Amino acid sequence: MSNLTDKNYLNCEKGLWSWLTTLDHKRIGVMYLISIVIFATLGAVFSLLLRYELFSAGKDFLTALQYNKVMTYHGAIMTFMVLVPGIPAVLGNILLPLQIGAKDVAFPRLNLLSWYCLMAGALIAMISLFTTGVDTGWTFYAPYSIGSAQSGTVFVVLGAFVMGLASILTGLNFIATIHQLRAKGMTFMKMPLFVWGLYATSIIQIVATPVVGITLLLLVAERLLGVGIFDPKLGGDPILFQHFFWFYSHPVVYLMVLPGMGVISEVVSTFSKKVIFGYKAIVYASVAIAGVGFLVWGHHMFVSGQSDWAGVLFSFITMFVGIPTAVKIFNWMTTLYKGSIEFRTPLLFALGFLFVFAIGGLTGLFLATLSTDMHFHDTYFVVSHFHYTMVGGAVMATFAGLFYWWPKICGRMYHELSGQIGFAFVFIGFNVTFFPQFILGAMGMPRRYFDYLPEFEHLHAVSTVGSTIVNIGMVIVFVTLYRAWKNGEVAGDNPWGGTTLEWQTTSPPPHENFTKEMEVSGGPYDRP
Amino acid sequence: MFKLLFLTIISVFAKVAYAKKSVFMPPEASVYAHDADKLYAFILNVSAVSFVLIVLCIAYFGFRYRRKTANEKTPHMSHNLKLEIIWTIIPSLIFFFMFGWGWKLWNQARHAPAKALEIFVEGQKWSWGFHYKSGRKSVNEVYVPVNKPVKFIISSKDVIHSLFLPAFRKKQDAVPGRYTSLWIQPTKKGEYYIFCAEFCGTEHSSMIAKLKVVSFKDYANWLANDPYKEMSLSKIGKKVFNTSCAACHNVNDTNKVGPGLGNLWNSKSIFENGESLVADATYIRDSILNPNAKVVKGFPKGVMPTFKGQLSEQQIRGLIEYIKSLKEK
Amino acid sequence: MTAHKHAHHFKDADHEFSASKMGVWLFLCTEIVMFGVLFVAYFLYHHQYPATFAEGATFLDWRMGALNTVVLLLSSFTMAISIHFCQKNDSKKAVLNLALTLVLAAVFMVVKYLEYSHKFHLGLYPGQFFSYQGAESANLALYFSFYFLMTGLHGLHILIGMGVITWVLIRARRGDFNSKYYTPVEGVGLFWHVIDLIWIFLFPLLYLVG
Repeated sequence: MSNLTDKNYLNCEKGLWSWLTTLDHKRIGVMYLISIVIFATLGAVFSLLLRYELFSAGKDFLTALQYNKVMTYHGAIMTFMVLVPGIPAVLGNILLPLQIGAKDVAFPRLNLLSWYCLMAGALIAMISLFTTGVDTGWTFYAPYSIGSAQSGTVFVVLGAFVMGLASILTGLNFIATIHQLRAKGMTFMKMPLFVWGLYATSIIQIVATPVVGITLLLLVAERLLGVGIFDPKLGGDPILFQHFFWFYSHPVVYLMVLPGMGVISEVVSTFSKKVIFGYKAIVYASVAIAGVGFLVWGHHMFVSGQSDWAGVLFSFITMFVGIPTAVKIFNWMTTLYKGSIEFRTPLLFALGFLFVFAIGGLTGLFLATLSTDMHFHDTYFVVSHFHYTMVGGAVMATFAGLFYWWPKICGRMYHELSGQIGFAFVFIGFNVTFFPQFILGAMGMPRRYFDYLPEFEHLHAVSTVGSTIVNIGMVIVFVTLYRAWKNGEVAGDNPWGGTTLEWQTTSPPPHENFTKEMEVSGGPYDRP
Repeated sequence: MFKLLFLTIISVFAKVAYAKKSVFMPPEASVYAHDADKLYAFILNVSAVSFVLIVLCIAYFGFRYRRKTANEKTPHMSHNLKLEIIWTIIPSLIFFFMFGWGWKLWNQARHAPAKALEIFVEGQKWSWGFHYKSGRKSVNEVYVPVNKPVKFIISSKDVIHSLFLPAFRKKQDAVPGRYTSLWIQPTKKGEYYIFCAEFCGTEHSSMIAKLKVVSFKDYANWLANDPYKEMSLSKIGKKVFNTSCAACHNVNDTNKVGPGLGNLWNSKSIFENGESLVADATYIRDSILNPNAKVVKGFPKGVMPTFKGQLSEQQIRGLIEYIKSLKEK
Repeated sequence: MTAHKHAHHFKDADHEFSASKMGVWLFLCTEIVMFGVLFVAYFLYHHQYPATFAEGATFLDWRMGALNTVVLLLSSFTMAISIHFCQKNDSKKAVLNLALTLVLAAVFMVVKYLEYSHKFHLGLYPGQFFSYQGAESANLALYFSFYFLMTGLHGLHILIGMGVITWVLIRARRGDFNSKYYTPVEGVGLFWHVIDLIWIFLFPLLYLVG
């Protein structure tokens, strides 16, 4: 049993400089965590501004232009600065080497560089706040983003490009780490499922991010030089921009969700004290989602003017994404069956994930089906659907993971009751915010509207109330984690009875993770 | 409070689970809308039932297998091929059934009958322009005959817009540099909203037009009686001015009941509350639609009535052009 | 000679070498995907506006392009040779070949400079600055947008390549590399070959096919 005064990665060096120059994957993960919490707070402030403006019909306290900017910043910050780096760079960084029994990631310097890329990108994007801002929506659709949009667009687009570098470097690092640094005896089919989730994610990062990178550069060239590739006035095609953009931005939702699913597998198995059901099926499902995810981007464009046959094909392939997703949900449910289930905060968030993600997935069917999508496309139904999958999915999973691994990360235990209260607020608040938006979408409320018809008012009001509750929940969650870090009870090395390798070292782990060479013989979730 | 919340949730679920057609949807205004709603109801039922099953399963397992003592042994169940094949195949079949059904309706939705009446639609920031083959133009309102197929041929002047007809369950982007199309066959007379569904800038949310489904006779009348046939915008404005505004406003610089408008364009107006504004198109438009928000100093409040709902977009634009032309004289 | 010590998280030098090589390859994948996007756009517009592209290609001098192709192929060869000499512990010859590679890269850039300045002289600027009068195709500017974007991005990579070659050259002179440790030279070499390969596609598409 460890003792917090022993040498570990947190206390082995002191001072801010030792953090800013660290090559330790765990410290870099913690730095990612802190920066992403700051970004998320900023994004949440923008979301509250949106919701309060929409509380009642008509203009309340923002002008239409201000509203559009706030909406754009909310989307861009949450996507490029929170969700994309979210799970891979925070939990992945801290836990990937631990889970495969390695001393570090393959390229520690590159790892640090990717954090600096994220910071630099964020800084460049934020410069735009001091110019006219940006009002394109996070999707930067041409030709709006080329001509009429505010001049801050260039900064946000360049910032997103630099943050893309961070994402590429992380993915590259993780793939090399997984291939090269697994503990003796750990075959691919003996890797923990979180590692598999990260592996699938990294493939997406490597293959998809360069596409959006060059597309964003083309957009900048379009604004500064007027090259005309996306500009219909010069013979270019704005739909091509959408193709390139969604070729990245659709897989990116799996980039957010796949590692989240990995977290859920870990948590569900540990807290029901049972080997995960259908390990292989979950592995294949993860890889299938990542692979098929590259072929479905066109379902964002059913009514964009692409050919009818493209629509049919994309609708068909999209259905293939639904299957592995359903399979995963069934596997997690069956893992609970005949388990010894302990309802601690991480499991509550995991079950919350199942609830929310099931709704997110099922509502995806309405959007994957051609004729129903014609009605729902670009309405609040879509807004709600992707918040259910991305926020519900990725954020719930992040919280599950943070609470699950917190004792490992800082060596201390959080306060159980306050964790559960935090969960209750987040879960209830989230559903109150977004469920009404499905109904709004069905009623025909288009998205990105500053103002709306009076008949939509009641549901908007409910949604605004929900957004307040969910944000209170977020504050409770982070205060709980912070208090645990400061003066929680000493947790011990393996408080949950976890079976994967990270639980076999001390909490917090030493600088080199393990004191001895790790070796694996059985599966990751086998219990004696 | 809790009881109310509980009852709301129950009623929403009851509505969803027993969905026969258009739960939460706007009224159906075409046969296609009715067909699309049947598919919608099918997906809704399947989703609701499977969701409830998933949640019940999790809740039951959670309760039945909750940890009672610290050292409980659990069985080692790693997989079950038969079960896994079953739960892969069943959802697949359902999903592809949905896909097929959607495809069938999609074909129906995308191919307009050859005889359809064609109307050109042009989106621009931030209004919808409609152009009939007879030469009749209108802005933000379009008349179509009931029970006849109508095909909108859509384009855009500037950025991407999207023509969204919720009552017809149809939507099509308006893309600059190309034509796209959408067709409907309204089965019910009435007024329906047309929204812009693709973000197009500051006034995106006010880019709303009205689709008016009328009898064929009314449609033909409307088409034939174009009051502004072959008139320039400022001519239209002059005509409107003489009937609606001339009682209170002069076309020169002298005041009447209200201020004279001869020199208004681009000049500074000072208001009761001390604020001031340079008169531009937006100001003139606001003054017509919401006259008592900004009353020019020296004039009584509440005298000028609003013209909201009485003037069409075309007429308002005409007035703006006309007032502009007064200054240029 | 300072012996390179492998990083603490690797088992041995070979382990580190294979991980590093994998990293470089993954990075090169992203480069290829990035250029791939431009190629896809090129093909789409070439298909849509064949006349514009044919006209655009007539402004390009295929002899210049061919010269540059030969120059780059040669530089790839000298790059490969220098890795070979690193493996053979002959750092003098390795340095010489790296220097040759640098010179060839510079020749490429000079030729590129001549080509660019000729275009600018004619008014064939990129995008909105395009001022050439007398084009037959209405959107000839689009062709030159592609020309400048693709060769520009490629040229930028040549410059970056020259930077990293200089870096390994200095290290090679210092005697950092030997048959047991030459990872940076290998990595830079792979990068250089891929940049070369991309040019092999750019040359016919822009200069010959048109």
